[in-house]
Amino acid sequence: MEATDFIKNFAAQFDDTDASEFNLETRFRELDEWSSLNALAILNMIGKKYAVFLKPDEMKPTNTVQELFDLVQSKLS
Amino acid sequence: MNPFSLVGKTILVTGASSGIGKAIAVSCSQQGATLIITGRNEARLLETLLMLEGEGHEMICADLTKMDELEKMVEGLPKLDGIVCNAGLANPLVLQLTEAEDVDKIMQINALAPIHLTRIVLQQKKLNKGASLVYISSINGNNCAYIGSTIYAASKSALTGFMKGVALELAPRGIRANCINPGMIETDLLKSGSIGQDELEKDRLKYPLKRYGKPEEVAYAAVYLLSDATQWITGSSLLIDGGYTLQ
Repeated sequence: MEATDFIKNFAAQFDDTDASEFNLETRFRELDEWSSLNALAILNMIGKKYAVFLKPDEMKPTNTVQELFDLVQSKLS
Repeated sequence: MNPFSLVGKTILVTGASSGIGKAIAVSCSQQGATLIITGRNEARLLETLLMLEGEGHEMICADLTKMDELEKMVEGLPKLDGIVCNAGLANPLVLQLTEAEDVDKIMQINALAPIHLTRIVLQQKKLNKGASLVYISSINGNNCAYIGSTIYAASKSALTGFMKGVALELAPRGIRANCINPGMIETDLLKSGSIGQDELEKDRLKYPLKRYGKPEEVAYAAVYLLSDATQWITGSSLLIDGGYTLQ
C-alpha cells in the first residue's frame, strides 16, 4: 500500500476540501466539512480499495491520515 | 377461542437462524403453529429448530437468492397458512462508493427474494385460503431514511410496494399481505461492531422510548398479523419504532 495512493483515496471522500490540502499530517477530524458521512465513506473506501474492514470503534482513536494509514497497514501485514 | 392463537396453522419463516427471524419462529411455535424455518447457516438454523415449542417443525437450509434452490424448496413445502419473509441484509455503505454488485446483493436479498418466493408459492398453489403473508420491511425507506443506507431504503420500500400489490391481487382468495416496519432492533448485527458503540448509544437516545426494540417485540406483531385476529387487515404497514418517526 502506497501512502500517496492512500492520501489520494482519502481526499476523494471530501467535496469542499481541496485534494492538495491532504497529506499524512492532516488532522482530518478538524476539517470544516468533517462529518459522520465522511467517516463512513472513509471506512467504506478502506474496505473497497484495501479489503480491510475496520470497525468504527477501531478508527476512532486515529486523528491524522498517517495514524489511519498505519492502522490499515497493520491489518494488511 | 383465542383469536391470537396459531394452533393448526403451518407457517414458513425465512431468515430464521438469527435475530428477528429466530424470535418470530419461537413466538409462532409458542402460539401453537407448525413451523418451517429456512436460513443459510445450518448450525444456527438447527439452534432455532431446537428452541421451537411443540412438534412437527422442519428446517430447510437454502439460499433464497438462488432461483433453483428457491424453486426446489417451494416444491417440497406443504400447504401454508402463513409466510414471514424476514431474511434481510443491512450493510452501511455510502452511495458514492456503492458498486453495481452491492446494489444487486442488497436488492436480491431484501426485495427480490421475497418477491420470487411469493410468486413461486402462488404458482405452485402452496397457499391455503385465508393465508397471511407478512413482510419484514423497515422504517428506513418507508417512514424515514439514514445516511449510508440508500440501497437498503430502496429495497425496503420496494418490498412495501410489492406487499400492497399482493394484498390487492390476493384479496379475492381471502389471502392477506402486510408489512411490519421496525425501527432499530437489538440483534447480533449490532453487536458485530459495524456501527460504533458510542454512535449506537447516542442513537438509542433518539428514540422517545429511549431504547432500541427487542426481536420478540417484532415477533409479537408477526404473530398478530398471522393470526385470525387480523382477518380484516390487509395492505397495511405496522409501525414498531418506539416513537422514532414521530419526531
